[in-house]
Amino acid sequence: MAALSDQLLVVAIFAYLVAMICHAAEYALGNRAMVGRTVVRPARERVLVGAGVGGAGGTGPGAEPPRVEKVPAADVDRGPGRAALAGRIAVAVTVLGALAHLGVITTRGIAADRMPWGNMYEFVLSVTFVGATAWLVVLSRRPAIRHLGLFVALAMVLLLGVAGLVLYTPIVPLVPALNSYWFVIHVTAAVLSSGLLLLAAVPAVMYLIRNGYEQGKRSFPYTLGARVPAAATLERLTFRLHTFAFPIWTFAVMAGAVWAEAAWGRYWGWDPKETWAFISWVVYAGYLHARATPSVKRNVATWIAVLGFATMLMNLFGVNLFISGLHSYAGVN
Amino acid sequence: MTLVEDRVAAPEQPPPRRPNRLWALLRNSWRQLTSMRTALVLLFLLAVAAIPGSLLPQRAISAEKVNAYFVQHPKLAPVLDRLGAFEVFASVWFSAIYLLLFTSLIGCIVPRLRDHYRALRAVPPAPPRHLRRLPQYASWSVAGSGDARSGGGDDEEGTARAIAAVLRRRRWRVAVRGGTVSAEKGYLKETGNLLFHVTLLAVLVGVGYGAWYGWHGNRLLVGGADKAFCNTLQQFDEQGLGPRVDDGDLPPFCLELTDFKASYLDSGQPKSFSATVRVDERGRPSRSATFSVNSPLRLHGANVYLLGHGYAPIIRYTDRYGKSLTSIAPFPTTDAMLTGEGVATFQDVNIDPKTGKRDPNQQVAFEGIYLPTMPDQPPYVRSVFPAERSPGLMLIPYRGNLGLEAGIPGSVYQLDQRQIRTGKLKQVGDGKLLRPGEKWTLDDGSSVEFVGSRQFVTLSVRYDPGEKIVLVSSALLLVGLMLTLTGRRRRVWFRVLPADPSAQSPAGGPDPDRAADSNGGTAAPDPALSDPLSESTTARSSFVEAGGLPRTDYSGFAEEFNQLVAAVRRAGTQEESE
Repeated sequence: MAALSDQLLVVAIFAYLVAMICHAAEYALGNRAMVGRTVVRPARERVLVGAGVGGAGGTGPGAEPPRVEKVPAADVDRGPGRAALAGRIAVAVTVLGALAHLGVITTRGIAADRMPWGNMYEFVLSVTFVGATAWLVVLSRRPAIRHLGLFVALAMVLLLGVAGLVLYTPIVPLVPALNSYWFVIHVTAAVLSSGLLLLAAVPAVMYLIRNGYEQGKRSFPYTLGARVPAAATLERLTFRLHTFAFPIWTFAVMAGAVWAEAAWGRYWGWDPKETWAFISWVVYAGYLHARATPSVKRNVATWIAVLGFATMLMNLFGVNLFISGLHSYAGVN
Repeated sequence: MTLVEDRVAAPEQPPPRRPNRLWALLRNSWRQLTSMRTALVLLFLLAVAAIPGSLLPQRAISAEKVNAYFVQHPKLAPVLDRLGAFEVFASVWFSAIYLLLFTSLIGCIVPRLRDHYRALRAVPPAPPRHLRRLPQYASWSVAGSGDARSGGGDDEEGTARAIAAVLRRRRWRVAVRGGTVSAEKGYLKETGNLLFHVTLLAVLVGVGYGAWYGWHGNRLLVGGADKAFCNTLQQFDEQGLGPRVDDGDLPPFCLELTDFKASYLDSGQPKSFSATVRVDERGRPSRSATFSVNSPLRLHGANVYLLGHGYAPIIRYTDRYGKSLTSIAPFPTTDAMLTGEGVATFQDVNIDPKTGKRDPNQQVAFEGIYLPTMPDQPPYVRSVFPAERSPGLMLIPYRGNLGLEAGIPGSVYQLDQRQIRTGKLKQVGDGKLLRPGEKWTLDDGSSVEFVGSRQFVTLSVRYDPGEKIVLVSSALLLVGLMLTLTGRRRRVWFRVLPADPSAQSPAGGPDPDRAADSNGGTAAPDPALSDPLSESTTARSSFVEAGGLPRTDYSGFAEEFNQLVAAVRRAGTQEESE
């Protein structure tokens, strides 16, 4: 079972990699079509961009501003058709990848005879699986955001690659400190919220890029925004994902506090992991407040969300690998 | 943290007065402090201020690491210490940030509590003049009912009341004013928001209460009745009492370690620990209790947590006059394989029985390393397995003045290094490895025997009365958070008008085309149901328009609005058919 789990990891990474390539193909094919149009009718392109900017300003509920990439029916170009095909293949391969990913976790759990969240390798596997699953759920509800898949798949390949190459740990039973039913509750909540916050960081970053693009910026990172959904859509998606994940994160911290009381004698002790969980919580709370305050610009608020994700990464990698504390269960030497 | 958009009504401007500079300064400072922008900055500062607490060693967590940091960075450490960097979470600047933040929070939620209380008691406001300008709008015609005969206005009111009934069933807060219906829903959003912020304050109160009235002590407890421990301050190796607690407040109980069980994997990784103790609480019969890492021993007014364990070798020393003394000193562990390092001291030995005089320069001590499982080959300095598979004790004997009478506090796990440096305490002979039961005769004819070992546990005894407050507040905080993040405040209005265009609302009324569309689409009355007066009632049929306004970000409002309008129209039709 353990060997099967390791093999499935390779399958999952490979699937995400293929999905990434297909998304990139969709991106590239679409781009070529647009580049062609720009060459032929530069004036029209400008008008379309202008419409996009105007639409993003007025954010009535449900009103989607016109998108730059909407190709008029008269444009006979095989690019978009092929691009859509590549995109659909990418999504299908992502589903396969997520299934293999689920297999990795399940077989590992069976092999270890416990919940597969006992060390950092397993934690990263579970967090990325939640991220991938949540992505597919969101995608099924809003097919228009498919272009974000490139960046989701990229994050998956990177994180799983790091997990497999750097964090890999052989299966061992839990240390006594982890042997508690709170292990299931606390770590499940932490995995769920981390996975959702990981996914939420993708539209947040893309919003910042797209927002710059819609304001007419055409230097490097903003050019990535050419084919992603409209800034207002991305921003709303970012907010929805965060409002979903934040209470789960709050619960994860609270469940951790209850467990810490039983295991270490105090519910809060400013252990490095606790401190960074607190920092993340404060930053995400800041994001939600900034988002609810009309005087704070949306891109400022979204920057706070991105900062929040940076603190999550610091908590996962920085604290586990460089700072010793009570949460030293990473198992990475 | 004032949410401007949730204010029910802007407070009225006070009449212009002669400005008092001090008052103006105070008022402006208060406004500045309670503004959202300041709160956000304070939140951000709080996050930044917590970072050094995770990167630098903290006294509250590990004083040894702080001391080590002082040794490594002799110049930087005192500067950092003066800034409070080793006690970040108790430092003035960290406290200042969160106290300002909570002041800002109070300054924000008190007016909001007042506003929300008013909003809960207020009736939904009258409809705006132009319902069509709202984000959601619908209109349709309804046939007049039998009540039309009673004449003017009643018909519209009846229809409005029917609409209000539908809304009330769907738990809207409704106000009917003549032919108009105003309804609002989603008050729980603000209720949850306020609950969240109030419980945040309650968490802080609970933390503070626990810090004032709580206490804790750490204690190393060796097995056996002769080593039992009673809960008094002197018996703790290290303790911390809250400012409002003194020695007499500690609940009286005694613990004796009767058994300790640990199991390990072949790699030495621990699988389970459990300690069994005899508990004597005042006024209760003595009982036996077992506890382990994740299930502490809960006593009356105190909890006992198992932190670690190790071995205490039993060393018997027989002096040159044949007198024997036994030391059962715990050897604190230095690694995961439970290698223990410690000392066994024999102060009252080598007393000449003839004179009965004690020679302070003939005291004896042993520095030792205890290996629960010896390696197969030398050097015998590190254990290779945490359980006692083949125990061995490496002892280095010292003779001379131990320096214990000087009254200078020192570690009980180390020999006084000053005495060794000054030559008052001398090493006699090389070290020797002993197995259980082995005896070693020293140069002066005295002997030392490694008898065996006992286990010890390290315990933390704690009491925090603020825990329950924090737990309950946290649970409520989560409830409030869910309510405020999922709740959606929205309003709908309905206006029933006589279908006669001349009697339509002064706001221009419905678009004739649209009205015709709606009428043709659905609610045309069944002719079979019309009474003989139907000719006049068609003239008295009314026209309904509805508008909806989401007051918070709510993408699904259009759908809800359409369902609501459909339900209202369905109910209208049913009423007619009855």
